[in-house]
Amino acid sequence: MRECQIVSRKFHIENACTLRVAKEHGAYNSLVKLKEYDPQHITQIIKESMLRGKGGGGAPAGMKWELMPLDDKKPNFLVVNCDESEPGTFKDRQIISKDPHLLIEGIILTCYAIKAKAAYIYIRGEYKEYQEILQNAIDEAYSAGLLKECDITIHRGAGAYICGEKSALLESMEGKRGHPRLKPKQKEPEWFFGNATLVNNVETIATVPFIVKNGADAYRAYGTEKSPGTLLFAMSGHINRPGVYEAEFGTNMLEYINHYGGGIKNGKKLKALIPGGVSCGVLTAKECEGLTLDYEALRSAGSSLGTGGMIVMDEDTNMLEALKNILEFYHEESCGQCTPCREGSGWSDKIVGRILEGNGTKEDLDKLFELADIMNGKTICVFAPSISTVLVSFISKFRDEFEAVVS
Amino acid sequence: MSFKFTEDNLLEIERLKKRYPAPQALCLPSLWMAQYQEGYISLEAIDAISQVTTIPAMEIYRVATFYTMFHLEKSDKIEVDVCKTLSCKLCGSDEILKHLESKSDIKINHVECLGSCGTAPVMQINDKNYENLTNTKVDAILKEL
Ligand SMILES: Cc1cc2nc3c(=O)[nH]c(=O)nc-3n(C[C@H](O)[C@H](O)[C@H](O)COP(=O)(O)O)c2cc1C
Ligand code: SF4
Ligand code: FES
Repeated sequence: MRECQIVSRKFHIENACTLRVAKEHGAYNSLVKLKEYDPQHITQIIKESMLRGKGGGGAPAGMKWELMPLDDKKPNFLVVNCDESEPGTFKDRQIISKDPHLLIEGIILTCYAIKAKAAYIYIRGEYKEYQEILQNAIDEAYSAGLLKECDITIHRGAGAYICGEKSALLESMEGKRGHPRLKPKQKEPEWFFGNATLVNNVETIATVPFIVKNGADAYRAYGTEKSPGTLLFAMSGHINRPGVYEAEFGTNMLEYINHYGGGIKNGKKLKALIPGGVSCGVLTAKECEGLTLDYEALRSAGSSLGTGGMIVMDEDTNMLEALKNILEFYHEESCGQCTPCREGSGWSDKIVGRILEGNGTKEDLDKLFELADIMNGKTICVFAPSISTVLVSFISKFRDEFEAVVS
Repeated sequence: MSFKFTEDNLLEIERLKKRYPAPQALCLPSLWMAQYQEGYISLEAIDAISQVTTIPAMEIYRVATFYTMFHLEKSDKIEVDVCKTLSCKLCGSDEILKHLESKSDIKINHVECLGSCGTAPVMQINDKNYENLTNTKVDAILKEL
């Protein structure tokens, strides 16, 4: 397995979170390119690199950058998404606590490319410890005169999963409840108080310095043709060495788990795996065989790559309990705007709870499929469709276990 | 009872106002300041935040209740947030919760994923994460507080 260190290069260097050590290891070197390239050129390099957003959706970053108007009529903004609330995901915190200057460097480059004079980092409220490390790094960057062209302000969330959705995040920053906005029909930027705004994930922005410095081809030398580059994949659950390890797209999933994760805990067998945060469909151990870690492979396996945060479950896992656990999460975190989601998240949680207690019937299983259908494609954001995916994948793949407990 | 932001917080509010295109953006930052200042968010604090942000007080209240980390009531007990989401559950959070429930002087909140799934099970007290928990570790942590 090829070692990849595009984003994680300084993770194991002691005190790399300080400007002095980071600079000793090449931090801010890419900024020399700003003298050579105009903003459009930087966007062009990002586009050619085919960098895909690392917050879960995998949208091509360059195409989003191109939507930003560069006519100076109104200010543009950059918002870095550090809400990281998708269960199973803990990669962005590695960047902001181990190599915050890499993120700041990426922000400077991105702001130049989209002509933004201000950037905000929206960070989940639970990350106060890491927020402080990041703030120290920002203060250092200010003192060193690195932030003359753009301001960076950390904006702290306060415990709402849905604020990770980009439009909900902007509503939240505007001082409102974190309710996702209706999607526009045509492609356009996001809007912050009516000003064009780019929202990208922490890891996406932290990848920008490598690409600007080494060129698009250097990035595309990793990964597959359609999913180029690397990702900070992560593992948690029943695994010997859980953690975050960077790997290139197209890496064999089980090899990754065995190589970095040291295999399943207590010598047990793999039963199921959720590939990229709980919102992705569950996979059986059999389905994982030969599967590679890239957007296309996981899509054709009927799941999705999501954030790359894999949750590993061993042979003793009770799939009903696991499903109930995920549904509780959704039930609690639905923002409540759409009826199918508000009601569907509650009812599916309740019904699976009933089945788990031994009071379920066969009709309950049908009802769950019905609810999954109602929640799919009829809501403002993809939160509710994710519940459908989870319900359908768990029940259809582990049907025996569900049927064994219903009467 | 009335509420006044401290001098430091007022300075911070003025600094932040220059950072955003509209004062409404100061809603979450000032809710945080008020909560750290008083330990919770009082109705008087909401009035003060309304002045800072130009958002109606009723709306601030609506916003504050949307976010689980804002407390609108005073609590004398130590708040212990224990993650109960999937990775933590797979790694034994149920046992940690059961162990904690036997303690009297703390308030346990069952919270969703804290972003420490790789070091599960996890709890958070006063903004600090405690990871790879065992019952013995929990006892030691609570004793330290
Ligand atoms: C329910 C929901 C939750 C999300 N949570 C996050 C999150 O915590 N962090 C993140 O970067 N993106 C999250 N996203 C994706 C964002 O909406 C957005 O696409 C992303 O931040 C864009 O950045 P990227 O293209 O660099 O990935 C979420 C999306 C949805 C629908
Ligand atoms: S689908 Fe759910 S989370 Fe998304 S906007 Fe509708 S109610 Fe809110
Ligand atoms: S599941 Fe507990 S920290 Fe993520």
